[in-house]
Amino acid sequence: MYHVIICVKAVPDPKLAERIRIDPVSKTLKRSEVPLVLNPLDKNAVEAALQIKETAGAFLIVISMGPPEAGNIVRECLALGADGGILLSDRAFAGADTYATAFTLARGIEKIGRFDLIFCGMASSDGGTEWVGPQIATFLGVPVVTMVEEFTETEQESWKVKACIENGYRLMQVKLPALFTVTRKLNAPRALSFSGIVRARKKQIICWSAEDLGVAENMLGLSGSPTGVSAMTTRSSRRQVEIINGTSEEKAEKLVQKLADAGLV
Amino acid sequence: MDFTFTEEQEMFRKAAREFAEVELFPRVAEMEASGKVCDAVVRALAEAEMMALTIPEEYGGLGLGYTARMIALEEIGRISVATAMMLQVFALGIESIVKFGNEKQKRKYLPGLAKGERLATTAVTEPAGGSDPASAKTTYRKDGEHYVINGRKCFITNSHIADTLTILARDDADPKAFSTFIIEKDMPGFKATHEENKVGMRGCNTGELSFEDLRISRDQLLGDEGKGMRIAMSTIGDVGRGGMVGCALGVQTACLEAAVKFANERILYGKPISQLPTIQSKLAEMKVDLEAGRLLAYRAAALQDKGQRSGNEFAVAKYFTTEAAQKAAKMAVDIHGGYGCMVEYPVTRYLRDSFVLGPSAGTSDIMKVVIARWVLS
Repeated sequence: MYHVIICVKAVPDPKLAERIRIDPVSKTLKRSEVPLVLNPLDKNAVEAALQIKETAGAFLIVISMGPPEAGNIVRECLALGADGGILLSDRAFAGADTYATAFTLARGIEKIGRFDLIFCGMASSDGGTEWVGPQIATFLGVPVVTMVEEFTETEQESWKVKACIENGYRLMQVKLPALFTVTRKLNAPRALSFSGIVRARKKQIICWSAEDLGVAENMLGLSGSPTGVSAMTTRSSRRQVEIINGTSEEKAEKLVQKLADAGLV
Repeated sequence: MDFTFTEEQEMFRKAAREFAEVELFPRVAEMEASGKVCDAVVRALAEAEMMALTIPEEYGGLGLGYTARMIALEEIGRISVATAMMLQVFALGIESIVKFGNEKQKRKYLPGLAKGERLATTAVTEPAGGSDPASAKTTYRKDGEHYVINGRKCFITNSHIADTLTILARDDADPKAFSTFIIEKDMPGFKATHEENKVGMRGCNTGELSFEDLRISRDQLLGDEGKGMRIAMSTIGDVGRGGMVGCALGVQTACLEAAVKFANERILYGKPISQLPTIQSKLAEMKVDLEAGRLLAYRAAALQDKGQRSGNEFAVAKYFTTEAAQKAAKMAVDIHGGYGCMVEYPVTRYLRDSFVLGPSAGTSDIMKVVIARWVLS
């Protein structure tokens, strides 16, 4: 049986993106104004773990770092079929960049103990750096494959995976334990079920603080972050309409040229 | 008094909303065009365990009770009130077996109904009227260890798709005695006949049933002989009215969302019409009605979950929310202006659907009779 850890993040609901505001002082998103949901790509990570549980047998632990409200998304993962949940929540974790976030999650994973596989979504819908997964792997000293779109062989301790790269893919063989960040091509996440929600009643979410992790506060949160946000602005998009005139052939030619100029063909 | 949903109830809402948006929304146009039940929708409801919500766990259900059911119906009704109506009547057929069935009947019927392998309905209404069930002309006659049923039912939701039906009939030897029976669709003498073509809730089947010398064993009697009216009335009063309230809340929500979206997008006098006081007044009224309707609905459902009588509270909620749904649909159409007359816009569907909410499980006038009886008692 595999021991699988899934790292998940609570993000402001992407469907309500237009309601997300930027705090001009802290230069962070005002997360409290929009409901927090499970990061969409983390659903693919959870689904990957659930499929391994169903096919090969696995014990799944979900771990998240965030405010107490993030407990809801851990509970959601339990309802989807994960076996246990850990929430790393402490004011000392606040303001963490990807480095401090990955460090904290890695310490949490070390405290959990045994693992064969770690799954992360490729990126979060709010930060979108794609760094946290590889950084966790680095802190833990395990191999990492990013942007996984297929597990081609999973029967041995050395897994073969197909991972996306620009204009193609790469086939890799990885020795476990390892960390994989996954894309939405990997699977179609299952829906929450009412019976799953009921079963989750019996599953436990454990909350760990900075003290529980035994880490000095200057390694955590804002003070443990080597990077900071210098500015943050809202990007506005405006549609532009351009009418192309001429005969059908001329219009097609002009359109192809415009697409080529824009680097789209 | 705590007016907040639990974390688990919020998760039920999320699950139901996702289910409705992913599984139902893509099939609404097909249901509208055909007016027929979509098999894929019924299968999806079963896979999502929607038929199991109120069935006790020991019979294969989820035993989640009536607040969870209200949440599910509200969210499904927001996307497809036809589907919510179908689901609410499945539960209506199921409820009388849960509440009044003997152990053998529960073991026989409930597990299949929970899985959606069998579909349910209840049949009370007759051509003479549904609000006066005592005038029912469908009769049963005792014949040794059997009953023989003759008669006709009309306006029965799920008439042609139900496998298990609970029906009300009058004792032909005693006009004041009514009994309820469980029948199965393949029993000789039973037939689903005329199928209605409704103006709204298209995709939810409504039709007539015929019983011609339908011969059933005593095992099919539900509850005590002669006590069937109580079964019919308590089931319709609590579960039927409650179900219609969930459907109405779904329509109210859909109308408000569509109206807000359109009002924000439609530019008039150089600005979105949502900035016009007359439009804001309509949106505010719709919101007030929705909030008030939810309070009435979930209070009644909470009473029901505690095992208390809730028929009167649901009569108030049913009257208020179905009237409010019609009002909201009219306002949403008005806000859409000319676009509100075009079938491409869902508000036209909401308007048609809202008028089917009224008569189901008792018209507003009948609800007022129930409410007046309550305050005068």
